[in-house]
Amino acid sequence: MKHLIKNPQDFWAGVMFLVIGLVFAGVAVTYKIGTAARMGPGYFPMVLGGILALLGLAIVVSAMREKNAGPAVDKFHWGPLFWVLMPVVVFGILLKILGMIVMGLFVVIVSSIASHEFRWRPVLLLAIGLVIFCSLAFVAGLKLPIPLCPSFSVFEQIAACRV
Amino acid sequence: MELLANLQLGFGVALAGTNILYCFIGVLLGTLIGVLPGIGPVATIAMLLPATFVLPPVSALIMLAGIYYGASYGGSTTAILVNLPGEVSSVVTCLDGYQMARQGHAGKALAIAAIGSFFAGSVATLLVAAFAPPLAELALKFGPADYFSLMVLGLIAAVVLAHGSLIKAVAMIVLGLLVGLIGTDVNSGVARYNFGLPELIDGVGIGPIAMGVFGFGEIIRNLEHGQKRDVFVKRVTGLMPTMEDMRLTAFPILRGTILGSALGILPGGGPVLGSFSAYTLEKKLAKDPSRFGKGAIEGVASPESANNAAAQTSFIPLLTLGIPSNPVMALMIGAMIIHGIQPGPQIMTAKPDLFWGMIASMWVGNLLLVVLNLPLIGMWVKLLTLEYRFLYPAILLFCCIGVYSINNAWMDVLLAAGFGVIGYTFGKLNCEAAPLLLGFVLGPMMEENLRRALLLSRGDPLVFVTRPISATLLVLSVLLLAIVLAPAVRKKREEAFVEEE
Repeated sequence: MKHLIKNPQDFWAGVMFLVIGLVFAGVAVTYKIGTAARMGPGYFPMVLGGILALLGLAIVVSAMREKNAGPAVDKFHWGPLFWVLMPVVVFGILLKILGMIVMGLFVVIVSSIASHEFRWRPVLLLAIGLVIFCSLAFVAGLKLPIPLCPSFSVFEQIAACRV
Repeated sequence: MELLANLQLGFGVALAGTNILYCFIGVLLGTLIGVLPGIGPVATIAMLLPATFVLPPVSALIMLAGIYYGASYGGSTTAILVNLPGEVSSVVTCLDGYQMARQGHAGKALAIAAIGSFFAGSVATLLVAAFAPPLAELALKFGPADYFSLMVLGLIAAVVLAHGSLIKAVAMIVLGLLVGLIGTDVNSGVARYNFGLPELIDGVGIGPIAMGVFGFGEIIRNLEHGQKRDVFVKRVTGLMPTMEDMRLTAFPILRGTILGSALGILPGGGPVLGSFSAYTLEKKLAKDPSRFGKGAIEGVASPESANNAAAQTSFIPLLTLGIPSNPVMALMIGAMIIHGIQPGPQIMTAKPDLFWGMIASMWVGNLLLVVLNLPLIGMWVKLLTLEYRFLYPAILLFCCIGVYSINNAWMDVLLAAGFGVIGYTFGKLNCEAAPLLLGFVLGPMMEENLRRALLLSRGDPLVFVTRPISATLLVLSVLLLAIVLAPAVRKKREEAFVEEE
């Protein structure tokens, strides 16, 4: 199998397009398709999904030809990926409960771990400075509706809904 | 002399106290971002979008536009001083600009870049003012079939001018179109591809995509390898170019301006293509081409003029047709919609103050850039020494706050993180992300126009070739594809982009 793939980057890109195209087209079929004159919600995505799958297939095939040989797929660096995106996800989920002061410190400190040269003192100073700046600029200045301090009223709301 | 009256209206808006302030803030922030590595104009504009919510639409768009050309300007400073392009459009400026800096002519290179950019910006502003109205009037005659074909042409042109594999770029566009369809279908009210999540009923916002793919993805890529930046110049002196320099660069600036203005209108091309072709042209025209790459002043003057001219004229398709020519323009469309403005040819007649105010603000912005940058050069040099390990956590936090604030939706933050993974994967598979964003913006518009066109023709697809405007646009698309696929051009194109990298 491996020796058939002459251009791994293209090959996997093609596989990605093929799969995504099939998923979109497959889901589109479950919507009303309609006719060309009266298109249902499924018509356009079905056509596009089909085109994407075909393009993916063409890319896969061309990646197996000798003359299109290309470099291997560069290694995924899971470390930076995790330390950069994990705090973002946590920020999204907990912002309303814990507020920006806590989450801001969290994002800056945790994401700094991804750097090759992590040191506590400068990172803490940076985090505190940035949180103060963001509170002043975005919340006080631009009046964006972001909670600053932890609030547990969200739990109360959830409890109220349950009751 | 309608043009003069219109420009007068425009300058009235652009020079109004608060607007000139926002223009100033915009170009200042833009330059700052352009100088800093690792965050491009797309992520910046997405990040600062919520900050413009409190402003009236005109001020908001003026500020966002300021960020855009400020960034393309700031990028050249980094290119000249550190040999690292702050933005892709200043890649070629590195070649001769950095060499000039090494020879002790950093001040001269920066000054010429500024003068060239200002001249080009002024000319391009006039061009926008002159060409936008007739084009918008023409566009008002467009039916749904014509619009559909126009978008096809736009997307094909965007692919042709993008670098890398043609077929992968087409696939990225189609993927973008599909992602754009997520959410409620306006005609039937059916929620598509929301996978049962109520948060996706309104679709995916442009903010999370832009921030994820262009912001987060870029940060992760930068962190893979510890970045080393070598600031060659500690202090910049001798800003004033001599008469001899002015004489040498007058024509290159003019040529760069013309080339950049023309290429900026084309979808996908914009500043990157403009600066690159301008450099190649100067090299071809030079008496002694061997000077290039060793500090030739024309090699800075012409591409810098071209990229600024192109940044300006790329507003023409946006303002007249409502069609984005590059990812930044796609974001501008997003910003317009958030501010309740439907992009398209009707803007000029329905909102003349916005239309002409934006055009006039481009010139004001360019003037501010010159006034601002030459004296502040010392500060930019200091910023260049800022370490990335302190920079990216800050960018990350701003992005989080920005993406959350667009809709006050936690789901958007999660989506942005997801698109970060996707963007990082695209990079690994060598897929260019810009076409995705263009497709994303055009997806719903394309579907709507296709539906209307076929509804009017009772399902007859021939409507796309029987209407003269639509037929012309489609023929142009086919021609464009044929030219690129022709073996000779194909080889040239590959060579061209190799040299660029």
